[in-house]
Amino acid sequence: MKSFGLACVVLLCAALIYSTMNFPDWGSLNSPASEHVSDYYIQNALEETAVPNLVTAVLADYRGYDTLFETTVILTAGFACFFLLRRYRRKPPPYRLYRHIETGVTLIIEQGGKEPTESEEFMRIDSQWVPYDLVIQKAARLVIPFLQLFALYVIFHGHHSPGGGFQGGVILGATLILLAIANDLRSTTKRISERISAQLASTGVLVYAGTGALCLLLGANFLDYSALSRLIATDPVMARSHGILLVEIGVAIAVSAVMIWIYYNLVSAGRHDEGL
Amino acid sequence: MEELTTLVMAKYNYWGVVILLGIGLYAMIAKNNLVKKIIGMNIFQTAIILFYISISTKYGASIPIIHHGHGHTIHPADYMNPLPHVLMLTAIVVSVATLGVALALAVRIYNHHDTLEEDEVLSQLTTDESTQA
Repeated sequence: MKSFGLACVVLLCAALIYSTMNFPDWGSLNSPASEHVSDYYIQNALEETAVPNLVTAVLADYRGYDTLFETTVILTAGFACFFLLRRYRRKPPPYRLYRHIETGVTLIIEQGGKEPTESEEFMRIDSQWVPYDLVIQKAARLVIPFLQLFALYVIFHGHHSPGGGFQGGVILGATLILLAIANDLRSTTKRISERISAQLASTGVLVYAGTGALCLLLGANFLDYSALSRLIATDPVMARSHGILLVEIGVAIAVSAVMIWIYYNLVSAGRHDEGL
Repeated sequence: MEELTTLVMAKYNYWGVVILLGIGLYAMIAKNNLVKKIIGMNIFQTAIILFYISISTKYGASIPIIHHGHGHTIHPADYMNPLPHVLMLTAIVVSVATLGVALALAVRIYNHHDTLEEDEVLSQLTTDESTQA
């Protein structure tokens, strides 16, 4: 079976390499991909949308529908992980572990036993707990605020430099995953619960679709941001720029929330009790 | 020899893509472990992303961000094709989402069958059917 698969793959690769002889050369100016709409985007995007970053302009304005449903795909993936993995009516674990912080003694509280409240003295620990690495914890604590600031920069400066909602949202989600890895899952779910992450994910898509619907209410087409110029006192070109910003914020919220949500479900196999 | 060099210089990006594509496809077909299959799927997606990005390049062109300033005339030859970048930007995030769903399915299969090996899962499924019949 393996050799048959290998033969198929080698045959396919040979056919593909043979067919690349007809493909445009590396870096050629008149490759078919660059001949149709791309020239229009390069020549007119700055004039029409006041956004120098062509990728952002095409992503959120010219191909707004594509990005809207791409964001919906990500939201759907978050829901899919939730429905596949989440378990509510679970058996409570046979025992829970608490650590007395001063002495380092671990208490095993069996089911039905009196559990100490988490405080300065006691903390709950995972069953596969290893003593925290001080360097990792402190380094994460130092780095995370700056990473989040950078994520916001990437989101809001996406008009003028490489960046935008997707990239900034992923960085923002990754900082929270870093927090969950450096400490434990419960300390992160205390800050951003599953409910909030799900609501944020839906809110992001709602912001995107709502911006489009707002344009519809103002008498233009769906996602035609130039209609927003009647709400904010700018000309239609700048209104398109602001509309792109709104949409990118929606994308960033949705992407970061879905990243955290998928992480919560995957890392604890849907129990949200003990993580990595 | 010179012809060969020019051929390699003109097409080497596609060959890299095809090699990555083959690695990913082989992993999806032949590997027995489900996580390795998922890794193969990700390598395959990477190959597609690389393919799209490589056809957007133009010789001597800059990144697709217009230089500000007055009096500039904008030539399409000075900037890379932004369209493949846009498509792949969304594709990367979608690949993260599909990876999440695939891993969630793998977790479910592991919880149910206590293994991630495909042949063991299959043998468990066939014995289940035979005991029911």
